[in-house]
Amino acid sequence: MASARKRSLSDYLPVLFPALMLTVFFVAPFGIMLSVSFFQRIQGAFYEPAFVLDNYARFLTLFFAGRLAFSLFLAALVAVVCVAVGLPFTYQLTRLSRRLQVFWLVGLLSILSLSEVIIGFAWSTLFSRTAGITNIFAALGLMDEAISLSPSFEAVLTGMVYQALPYAVLVLYPSVARLDPSLVEAARTLGASPIRAFFNLVVPVLRNALLATLIMVFVFALGSYLLPQLLGRPQHWTLSVLITDQAIYQSNMPFAAAMAVFLVLVSLALIGLSLTIGRRGAAT
Amino acid sequence: MSRAARSLLFLLVAIFLAAPIVIVAGVSVNEQKTLEFPPKGFSLTWYTQIITDPGWRGALITSVVIAVLAAALAVLVAFPLVWSQWRRSRRWVRIFEVLGLTPFILPPVITALGFLAFWATIGFYGAPWTVVISHAIFFVTLPLVTLSLGFASIDREIVEAAATLGADDRTLLRTIVLPLVGPYILSGYAFAFVLSLNEYIVAYMVAGFTIETLPIKIFNSLRYGYTPTMAAVTVVFVMLAAIIFGIVARFGDLPRLLGAWSSKES
Repeated sequence: MASARKRSLSDYLPVLFPALMLTVFFVAPFGIMLSVSFFQRIQGAFYEPAFVLDNYARFLTLFFAGRLAFSLFLAALVAVVCVAVGLPFTYQLTRLSRRLQVFWLVGLLSILSLSEVIIGFAWSTLFSRTAGITNIFAALGLMDEAISLSPSFEAVLTGMVYQALPYAVLVLYPSVARLDPSLVEAARTLGASPIRAFFNLVVPVLRNALLATLIMVFVFALGSYLLPQLLGRPQHWTLSVLITDQAIYQSNMPFAAAMAVFLVLVSLALIGLSLTIGRRGAAT
Repeated sequence: MSRAARSLLFLLVAIFLAAPIVIVAGVSVNEQKTLEFPPKGFSLTWYTQIITDPGWRGALITSVVIAVLAAALAVLVAFPLVWSQWRRSRRWVRIFEVLGLTPFILPPVITALGFLAFWATIGFYGAPWTVVISHAIFFVTLPLVTLSLGFASIDREIVEAAATLGADDRTLLRTIVLPLVGPYILSGYAFAFVLSLNEYIVAYMVAGFTIETLPIKIFNSLRYGYTPTMAAVTVVFVMLAAIIFGIVARFGDLPRLLGAWSSKES
């Protein structure tokens, strides 16, 4: 009896603190955000409890549909570029010596952990007229004079690819690193060129991992909240930027919360999909 | 891919990743308070200004204090979860583990907004310590992942032998678990620390009007124009991250931490 009680106690006790922390500081904020998304906004004040669907109804406006379409398009473009560059890169990375691999991984992690503020600042400096890359082009005679390259769509895209590429490489890294090298060697022995071996063997074997990575990078790019604002014009703003703008500068918490709930649903559905694909990949 | 093509690929990716940092590093040594590249003159004034200017120094201290505490709290939340799951696998413990993995995968704005609504509702909106708790929950994923790998690396036979000899949980923890997963605790802490140092949106939404972390200070300063000090802070942050991850790689198995098979297995 005593030992049974002791066992159940030692079973629950260690988990109590983390369970409490996660429930209070993660589940509860989500619950509050969900309820705020149905609240009534009061002009000039914060909001008051209510049950209105106005905040969700605003999704149906043409403006919102346009922003949503643009966010999805931009995130998809970033994901495709990052995986297209990231796959051959990661494949070659895993074939390097261990020392060099560690060197690259440290570099990739350092860039991945950089604040979006810093990435935005660094790229807008590079794109600027006074300190930018075009000064070098002008000095080399490639351009007549230095020009400013941002704000522009290309600047936003470049900044977001910069932010997401290390992520794509690190998501791809485990499955590519575990790829059996004898497969490729066999194909090479049978006379396949390295490029053929890559496209006819490596890509099909990693098909599911690639799909899962595409989705993960897509969700990651959806989360970019500053780069579209720092490197683009208002027409390049994404859902994440709009949520921040509504919450902080327009102090319209209910509408911001409704957009956030919508973004959660989209992200969770996509992550679920990528996990299913990943699991199917592991099973086969 | 031929050798030349492979080298070209690495070179292009390296240039792309390094370009903005090289430009910013160049800008940070300008003699005058201008953003010019190539820099005019050479001066390290802007680096010393991070320490001597009260505004920048204050932001630096705030950021470091928050990151030190938040990373510690994240480890304290993650460790018991992983330990229980490893000691006696339970479905309901798994639920909390998944819960801890979620904030990292979702777009950060969502978590930030959730915290804003939460702290505003319970009346602590703007208090500096709320950033510590928010960051700890936001980054709990990192120690969770590194610790899970650490526990998975413990040989079950040692544990069974110890249990047969009568070791209870506490002895097990002290004599076997902590020495073996120690490096993984440290790397989990390091990841959470660096990310907390760089985090902007959660800190800004939770307490952006009352405290200034370095990323918040940079963002606020962007509105008044770019200065070489911001460039200096950027260079310091990149170097700090590289040094910390370099230390993790020196004392741990970075490829294994990031999901490749360990060098022993392959």
